[in-house]
Amino acid sequence: MANDPIHQFQISKLIPIEIGGLDFSFTNSAAFMVATVVAAGAFLFLTTSSRGLVPSRMQSVSEMSYEFVASMLRDAAGSQGMRFFPMVFSLFMFVLVANLIGLFPYFFTVTSHLIVTFALALLVIGTVIVYGFMKHGFGFLKLFVPQGVPGILVPLVVLIEVISFLSRPISLSVRLFANMLAGHITLKVFAGFVTSLSAFGAVGVVGSILPLFMTVAITGLEVLVAFLQAYVFAVLTCMYLNDALHPGH
Amino acid sequence: MFVTPGYAEEVAPAAGEAQTDAGTAAHTETGAEHGGGGLFPPFDSSTYPSQLLWLAITFGLFYLFLKNVVLPRLGGILEVRRDRIAGDLDQAARMKSEADAAVAAYEQELAEAKARANAIGQDARDAAKAEAEAKRKEVEAGLDQKLSAAETRIATIKANAMKEVGSIAEDTAAAIVQALGAGKVDKADIAAAVKAAGK
Repeated sequence: MANDPIHQFQISKLIPIEIGGLDFSFTNSAAFMVATVVAAGAFLFLTTSSRGLVPSRMQSVSEMSYEFVASMLRDAAGSQGMRFFPMVFSLFMFVLVANLIGLFPYFFTVTSHLIVTFALALLVIGTVIVYGFMKHGFGFLKLFVPQGVPGILVPLVVLIEVISFLSRPISLSVRLFANMLAGHITLKVFAGFVTSLSAFGAVGVVGSILPLFMTVAITGLEVLVAFLQAYVFAVLTCMYLNDALHPGH
Repeated sequence: MFVTPGYAEEVAPAAGEAQTDAGTAAHTETGAEHGGGGLFPPFDSSTYPSQLLWLAITFGLFYLFLKNVVLPRLGGILEVRRDRIAGDLDQAARMKSEADAAVAAYEQELAEAKARANAIGQDARDAAKAEAEAKRKEVEAGLDQKLSAAETRIATIKANAMKEVGSIAEDTAAAIVQALGAGKVDKADIAAAVKAAGK
């Protein structure tokens, strides 16, 4: 069990709740969702509470994340896209903090479950579709018909565009899920080598130095991946929202 | 659950079989809780409703909190700072233009003062020159007057002397003629002779 790299993704019930035959238990996953939200919310709330004209270090971290997401959204979707800023910022902060919290040993990684990332991706695509039709009506369907395509190719291009649009929630969610899952499994496997090798006495302890070094290095890599995947998720969200705002390419 | 790994660790090398059994047992146990058996946890659909519900609750609250509290505050902080910087820059620009105006005014005043000083100096110099000129003229006039007075006197003295020279010559001539024994000579003749000799 110590070397079972899948065990860390196990969901266990903390408070069993069952409604209408469905299991809505408060699980370790739910606990870490709460932790993620509380940590991110409290950080943003407390660091900005002094409203310093000259920011403290922590306040400037909050301000940097704000301006980082704001400029990302403005670059991708223009100033009209700023109406989605709270959503994009919430997604970015949620994914980022969930990824980072998941890096602590024995902590559960919320984003390592496909259903969670898929729900977030569907939220994005759902917003794109709903807002796109609300704003442009059926003009939103121009998204699937790029301009300047010869008449014969239009059916083919439309087919490709539709498939690519439908694959978006899948690619968006699987990218985050797979990165988190694979990273944590790799980390667990190397860390497992350390413990199982060191059980073989002095030689094993010496031999476990390499996997220990790898574990440290991969932990660093995972911090990078945690940031990068949150960034990628937010950037792609911005680009898909741009489609909802400007479907005519 | 966090204790089990350590326990399994110690047992692992000695009794591999037992470890596997324990692992499977633990698995089935946790799996049984969800009724999903030994499924790969992310694909265990029995946990989906709970995850979705709690994600919706937590993320929804997070979104509302950020949208209504944090983001307005952060945006406000950044906007206040931007306004403040713009205001300070404006003020700096205004102060700079004021300073420029003050420098210009100062320079103008300096130029005026210089011009005035020059004018005053010129006036003083002119006045002094005129005064000196006037004094010089006065002195020259006095000197001229004295000169002419002296010349007049000299002329008078000379004229007197010349007049006396004639009579002295006549007297002398009469005395010489008398001494020569030529008897008495008419005074008028002597005078005529002296005059002729004087020419």
